[in-house]
Amino acid sequence: MSRVKRPGRSRRSPARSVLLHGTLLMASVIAIGPIVWVLLSSLKPGYAIQSSELTLFRDTTLANYSYVLTETNFPRWFLNSVIVAAFTMGIGIFLSATTGYAVSRFNFPGRRPLMMVFLVTQMFPVAILIVPIYTIMARLGLINTMPALIIAYLTIAVPFCAWMLKGYFDSIPTSLDEAAALDGCGPFATFWRVVLPLARPAVAVTAFYTFLTAWGEVAYASAFIQTDNKFTLAYGLQQFVPQFNPQWEYLTAAAVLVTVPAGLVFFFAQKHLVSGLTAGGTKG
Amino acid sequence: MTTVTAEPASPSTPSGRSARPSRLRRSWDKHWYAWAMVLPVVIVLAVLIFYPLFRGIWLSFTNLNEANQVAEICTKSITGSEVCADNPNKWEFVGLDNYVRVLTGEVGEFWQWTGTTLIWTFVCVAFHFGLGLGLATMLNRPMRFRGLYRVLLVLPWAVPAFVSAFAWKFIFNERFGLANALLSAVGIDPVSWFADRWTALLTAIVTNIWLGVPFMMVALLGGMQTIPSELYEAAEIDGASAWQRFKNITLPGLRPVSMTVILLGTIWTFNMFPIIFLVTEGQPAGQSEILVTGAYRAAFEGIRNYSLASTYGVLILSILLVFSVFYRRALRKQGEVW
Repeated sequence: MSRVKRPGRSRRSPARSVLLHGTLLMASVIAIGPIVWVLLSSLKPGYAIQSSELTLFRDTTLANYSYVLTETNFPRWFLNSVIVAAFTMGIGIFLSATTGYAVSRFNFPGRRPLMMVFLVTQMFPVAILIVPIYTIMARLGLINTMPALIIAYLTIAVPFCAWMLKGYFDSIPTSLDEAAALDGCGPFATFWRVVLPLARPAVAVTAFYTFLTAWGEVAYASAFIQTDNKFTLAYGLQQFVPQFNPQWEYLTAAAVLVTVPAGLVFFFAQKHLVSGLTAGGTKG
Repeated sequence: MTTVTAEPASPSTPSGRSARPSRLRRSWDKHWYAWAMVLPVVIVLAVLIFYPLFRGIWLSFTNLNEANQVAEICTKSITGSEVCADNPNKWEFVGLDNYVRVLTGEVGEFWQWTGTTLIWTFVCVAFHFGLGLGLATMLNRPMRFRGLYRVLLVLPWAVPAFVSAFAWKFIFNERFGLANALLSAVGIDPVSWFADRWTALLTAIVTNIWLGVPFMMVALLGGMQTIPSELYEAAEIDGASAWQRFKNITLPGLRPVSMTVILLGTIWTFNMFPIIFLVTEGQPAGQSEILVTGAYRAAFEGIRNYSLASTYGVLILSILLVFSVFYRRALRKQGEVW
């Protein structure tokens, strides 16, 4: 954000410059290496993937992709995932923002316990919560429906996002709220029309986080969804992979296909990530 | 937004009967708006987190499992009507039995898993924070390609956890994985990663470090940008070296952010399920399990044992609660208000 050139700063010596860029370059290679390797592998036929010879390209083909796209229920799963992720994102942003705003601006009884609860919810092992949540969902008649997934994902994402947004709202001066109130805005209008637009970076981070939570989750999806036409992408693509003889060539293609939409959301959110998380998590 | 209350404030009235409702009333008038804003979240958390939690605590004192969960066993008789009888093996309250069985190692390997979890959490968080801090420091200065480096370095965050788990499992494949190919390229014998407890754990730790550094880096970078640059300029005029500036300005300025992300990182890593579950699958022979994955396998493989799962859940939650209480107390002792 603050890309201010400090004028009085002494220039870096060439040696240090090389060291700096060298380190960052190496770190970047490590960061994207595994992704690139999976991408390259997904373009190889099965026998080339399973050979111990190290090659970047070999008999390049799109056959793995066409198999995954046509021989599986991919389009349906993709649609399901988009629906679940979009609803989780929309509802998640709204709930975290209202909660974060209330905790940031109003000193109401129950405020501190609520903040503690947000932290404590992060401590529950999901793997162990699955069964009780399943029973509740079954009692509500939500098993094998998308609302079950959306609600479950909201419980994962909202506490952290509300916490983060609260931190960002804290950094927006309250004098703005007061000015809006003088102009006749109610508390909700103040929040919706004045404060929320100013918090755009933090909202972008929330969108990214909630989307990602819903997009890649497997455990709840495998517990709550039972029929093929309701699978989400992440879970569906694991279906056609037998456990003891993994078909790596299809897995690599599937991994790339799952990652691309997440990457797109990341691309739109990334320039806000640093400033959005800035105040997030400064004070509890 | 405070509306006019009907009665005048009389906080010192000795007759509590008339004072209490009005105090409640005033509290309601003053705070209903805030409460309304947090209500949806509170309801969802209460239903889906706290109800399961309290039920889980209760279940951990019973012997409920998949086989004994029904109270009645019904059988169809020849005439077609159903005959129901009490289940003789119905689940019941068993006191601390589950805890005794878990803690003495009668089921599962509680102490070994706890040890592995502590190593796993400590190593991962240390590397997350160390690498995140190092990269953030490097990125927090004007230079060419800064934006590009930042995007590339944050990219692992955008990859769904199970995809990263798969990608690294693919890389550490014993026969055709990239790791062994690179090792043999420099003349080292291929390693069968999942045949030994420590190399198996290493693969999971590498995966998780790769996955978790971006979050730390972004949070710390954000924290660094809130430190006023005048501090650095003043220090430079006073002749402070780069290391002194880092130690005396950057680190103290980052304290609030670091304390929060370390606490969150510890909790998240402690409960990180998919990485161990998918990358090492507990190999060899369950020796690389951490608490959450070990508990999952112990309780849900074969006949699903709900009470056992709850017992583990309560133990894990207790460990984390104790940790965060001590963590906060340690911070408070050092004068942190947080």
